[in-house]
Amino acid sequence: MATPIHTSTAALKAGKKLSNEEILRYSRHLIMPEVGMEGQLKLKAAKVLLIGTGGLGAPLGLYLAAAGIGKLGLVDFDVVDFTNLQRQVTFGTSDVGKAKSEAARARLSNLNPDIEIEAFETKLTSENAPELFKDFDIIVDGTDNFPTRYLVNDACILLGKPNVYGSIFRFEGQITVFGMPDGPCYRCLYPEPPPPGLVPSCAEGGVLGVLPGIVGSIQAMETIKLILDRGRNLTGRLLLFDALEMAFSEVKLRKNPNCPLCGENRTIHKLIDYNEFCGVRGEEAPAPDLKVPEITPRQLKVRLERGDRLFILDVREPHEYQICNLRGHLIPLGELPRRVHELDSSQEIVAHCRSGKRSAEAVEFLRKAGFRKIHNLKGGILAWSDEVDSSMPKY
Amino acid sequence: MSVKVMIPTPLRPHADGKAAVEFQAKSVAEALDQLTAQYADLKKHLFTEEGSLRSFVNVYVNGEDIRYLAQENTPTKDGDTIKIIPSIAGGSVTPTTTENPFGAVLQN
Repeated sequence: MATPIHTSTAALKAGKKLSNEEILRYSRHLIMPEVGMEGQLKLKAAKVLLIGTGGLGAPLGLYLAAAGIGKLGLVDFDVVDFTNLQRQVTFGTSDVGKAKSEAARARLSNLNPDIEIEAFETKLTSENAPELFKDFDIIVDGTDNFPTRYLVNDACILLGKPNVYGSIFRFEGQITVFGMPDGPCYRCLYPEPPPPGLVPSCAEGGVLGVLPGIVGSIQAMETIKLILDRGRNLTGRLLLFDALEMAFSEVKLRKNPNCPLCGENRTIHKLIDYNEFCGVRGEEAPAPDLKVPEITPRQLKVRLERGDRLFILDVREPHEYQICNLRGHLIPLGELPRRVHELDSSQEIVAHCRSGKRSAEAVEFLRKAGFRKIHNLKGGILAWSDEVDSSMPKY
Repeated sequence: MSVKVMIPTPLRPHADGKAAVEFQAKSVAEALDQLTAQYADLKKHLFTEEGSLRSFVNVYVNGEDIRYLAQENTPTKDGDTIKIIPSIAGGSVTPTTTENPFGAVLQN
């Protein structure tokens, strides 16, 4: 099953050699028979493209640069912010506000000045993916959303590139290798993404910072094994990691003979619109938010100071309430239907959440339930912090 | 005929936080029926309104995808493990809006 990454061999034959500094730098690889000079030269000849320089991209970039991968491409359009630092260990506090791809390039260049690193400060799209991918041997998927994951998968299959896949959620990770000859692809595993807005509940996302460190490190290991053509890679297996149970397990991944992308009678021959495929609203045409009566943070402040009797309903989760709150009555959105009796429809209610989205759903729900004197706090606690009380922490 | 059903972290809040539950079941369908009877909230996460398994939720018996066995009619025997594996997309999850139960951050 394992197939060597052939594009590297041309460079090998071209007679690339290690300098004395490189021999010293990679000495712990060179003295391993599984790597040795031959393996290290393969790493030096390899070209790996990282999609995303965030949580998964951090350990990926650090380990692949340290290992001496000859050329690393870093694709990210995002900017470093404070909430990234809890897990995106490539970045330092002084990087906040900088472009991630460039900040990562600078950090990795410092780690290993002997390799070539190219930063692509762009969003990966169906238009630019073929051009970006074509010069690289292996693509590593460290993105954070379904449209980009299907895009990376499809581009890899259409171009014949291996796709080292990792994804995480809270305490759980999934890792595999797609796109190997005769191996399955992401669409074989999950033909369709979950529709957005499936369930109008929702706890916020979140991830324990170490988790992407572990999952990204496994992706880095698989990438290096593919280049060295050593051992047994994860093709045909989905490795599952449960950090809470501290348990690894795996399930079999089969190539779906009816896969629309890699099956015998494939129907997908070119890249498509992945936002549309995943039901995500485009940035240019955001769907109108729920039309519910709103109150701005300033208006709310004025009314509270004037002594109006307003019932503040907080529809976030209990752990969010602990971070900061407006001393409202807490009923998480998901529990609202069965706890609606706790509310008095004759009283004027202001519902809020973190950003105003969940509380808009709560207001919509309550209006359907017959509540009339109800408002949504526009922009939620975030806007309250921006417009009324800057001591209110944002998260 | 005790069969262990493993519940993935995104769905544990809908199952009293449990990582695994055991049932007496002769098939995958029987086990999932009992699971959703015990934890009603799980039903909408696992099944469509028409009652079929959602396409982004895979079910495995002892590591084998039931799509390549007998789907939900796949028989189970004492000691078998059923795994429910939803599609997750996170890579750098920011604590912003999460619009589906599996934590995909689709837009901020």
